Amino acid sequence: MPTDTGTIETLANKEYEWGFVTDIDADALPKGLNEDIIREISRRKDEPEFLLDFRLKAYRHWLTMVPPQWANIKYPPIDFQDIIYYSAPKSKKKLASLDEVDPELLRTYAKLGVPLAEQKLLANVAVDAVFDSVSVATTFKAKLAEMGVIFGSFSEAVKTHPDLVRKYLGSVVPYSDNFYATLNSAVFSDGSFCFVPKGVRCPMELSTYFRINAKETGQFERTLIIAEEGAYVSYLEGCTAPMRDENQLHAAVVELVALDNAQIKYSTVQNWYPGDKQGKGGIYNFVTKRGKCLGQNSRISWTQVETGSAITWKYPSVILQGDNSIGEFYSVALANNYQQADTGTKMIHIGKNTRSTIVSKGISAGHGQNTYRGLVKVLKGAADARNYTQCDSLLLGDQCGAHTFPYIEMKNTTSRAEHEASTSKIGEDQLFYCKQRGIALEDAVNMIINGFCKEVFKELPMEFAVEAQKLLGVSLEGSVG
Amino acid sequence: MPILEIKDLQAGIAGRQILRGVNLTIVPGEVHAIMGPNGSGKSTLAQVLAGRDTYVVTGGSVRLDGQDLLELSPEERACAGLFLAFQYPVEIPGVSTSYFLKAALNAVRKYHGQPELDAMDFLKLMKQKMKLLDMDPSFLSRAVNEGFSGGEKKRNEILQMAVLDPKLAILDETDSGLDIDALRIVAGGVNSLRGPDRGILLVTHYQRLLNYIVPDYVHVLRDGQIIKSGDKNLALELEARGYGWLEEPAAVH
Ligand SMILES: Nc1ncnc2c1ncn2[C@@H]1O[C@H](COP(=O)(O)OP(=O)(O)O)[C@@H](O)[C@H]1O
Ligand SMILES: [Mg+2]
Repeated sequence: MPTDTGTIETLANKEYEWGFVTDIDADALPKGLNEDIIREISRRKDEPEFLLDFRLKAYRHWLTMVPPQWANIKYPPIDFQDIIYYSAPKSKKKLASLDEVDPELLRTYAKLGVPLAEQKLLANVAVDAVFDSVSVATTFKAKLAEMGVIFGSFSEAVKTHPDLVRKYLGSVVPYSDNFYATLNSAVFSDGSFCFVPKGVRCPMELSTYFRINAKETGQFERTLIIAEEGAYVSYLEGCTAPMRDENQLHAAVVELVALDNAQIKYSTVQNWYPGDKQGKGGIYNFVTKRGKCLGQNSRISWTQVETGSAITWKYPSVILQGDNSIGEFYSVALANNYQQADTGTKMIHIGKNTRSTIVSKGISAGHGQNTYRGLVKVLKGAADARNYTQCDSLLLGDQCGAHTFPYIEMKNTTSRAEHEASTSKIGEDQLFYCKQRGIALEDAVNMIINGFCKEVFKELPMEFAVEAQKLLGVSLEGSVG
Repeated sequence: MPILEIKDLQAGIAGRQILRGVNLTIVPGEVHAIMGPNGSGKSTLAQVLAGRDTYVVTGGSVRLDGQDLLELSPEERACAGLFLAFQYPVEIPGVSTSYFLKAALNAVRKYHGQPELDAMDFLKLMKQKMKLLDMDPSFLSRAVNEGFSGGEKKRNEILQMAVLDPKLAILDETDSGLDIDALRIVAGGVNSLRGPDRGILLVTHYQRLLNYIVPDYVHVLRDGQIIKSGDKNLALELEARGYGWLEEPAAVH
């Protein structure tokens, strides 16, 4: 996908275009970061005082920090003064028809079975009036509102429910948490907000129907999901169809809060541009995702399928604070060509009788490097806590790598942590067995990989699981044989 | 026309010759047994016919139903009607037996321009074939060969053969690791698949299997060559006298 690489380079080399003072009405602010920029972001978004304070505190703290070096990833240093931190939702140039879209992109859409109308939206082709996604979205919003569920953009929530935002923002990922989360806290542009009130079971998978609307993913997204006592919500992030994105650096923050007896299921399929076969271009994805099981018997599950990005640095975690709370992490991470993935989870057991389950499936192909990094921490008061961790790695070829760094810290003698790990190569034997039954190489590889990932896929909502399977197949195309 | 015609087949691995000129012809309806001491090249022959690329064919020709077999990829060979029941069936974790078999069957059907079988018809076919091998339906939802006993693995191979309905079935040591009851069931399954349109090549070290699946011809493979052929009585003779009495194969050039 040479065009994309080109775009990213062009952007990176873009000259300083507008003077700051004279052009305040221009779409984008100038490159670079300082307090004025942050005040300007906040002003343009018409934010309340507390939010500006939050941003500024984060920014001042960020100045004292250095990028983390511990992850098993390599990339050139990022010039943070060379990034534009605010630009109004761009209206990209509309294309007249699908004929103008990169044929390789279309080929991938076809393989994934993306309906034609959606292909147009994703590729930014003008659509006819028949396909009206907006009305679908509106209908759903009305239904959700009826049940008291608040679901919309973060900016919108700041306006309509500032007290909720103020109460929970930074309560799970504090502004000072880590280099990228702190940067996000200073400059985040927008994201999603979801609040499910006491006793409400959210009747639909949130965002399935908003998939198309989510096409403008921001560079610094901020998501906050709150489930009150006894509430339930399943949230889907991302899109299985490949998206072109002009931002090379992504640093999102996601915070989840579950009160007594509440449950949050958060599923992600991440398929951003991984760079070309030589490892040029591609997104750097540095994400902080954390959930807090604040209440008793609460439950938070992260399920992720990570196939995109040049670099993935991501550790969705759960703080198990309420007694009897449950944290789960199910992950499939793929590193193909020159992709690097350093991902895993942290389970922090604080409450009594808390439980956590970690199932991580790493697939490496080409020159890809896949690292699982996990921490299970059981504090002194977490009597009878239990953890089960299973880490499996699958290698395709002999140029790629799989690494596991499981850390366990036990401060309580009544608790147990179990760890199982395996590394296997996709077997010549397995492939030949399939081929001898008439199954073509590519289908055989897909089948074996989907089998390997089964325990994770079964945690995904049905429709998403089917898409995720196809996506893995497409992402691995041509890497065996 | 013969279903399988092997002429002077030579093959080896990493510069080492294993098959040193094998000749064998099988006509539809016939069951041939290949016997021979361990290491004589029986599995190599089976794998070379199936197209395993770890082996290099250095000479000779093979025709399957008149078609040049050596030109085809392993999956094309399978689709063209060659089936190999593996000596060591392979485990595929997380992939259910029914999913696997359906993918295989539909690949073969597609190759022949037939429409894919839908879930209902497939299940019907499976139930019918599983009865043949006295298999529990729960088998279908278990991952391919994962955690299967030796007997279950071999039964699973014959089940696949029954479903894929090949023109030529090669069974590599299908009797190994089976107790007498399992052997009876497996042999019964194979016998029910004997027919005027199918050729069967049994590869075995022991005569035992041939009490249950009575072959039309028996060949002795030794050092990569067939050194003796006969009828089922040859197997009994081998059982009684071992392989030692057979003279050394003619020198190869
Ligand atoms: N993959 C292999 N690598 C090296 N040697 C092999 C391989 N496969 C077979 N051989 C050798 O070829 C000879 C024939 O083996 P095989 O065909 O398995 O015999 P059989 O099935 O008759 O016992 C043996 O000497 C064996 O060691
Ligand atoms: Mg053998």
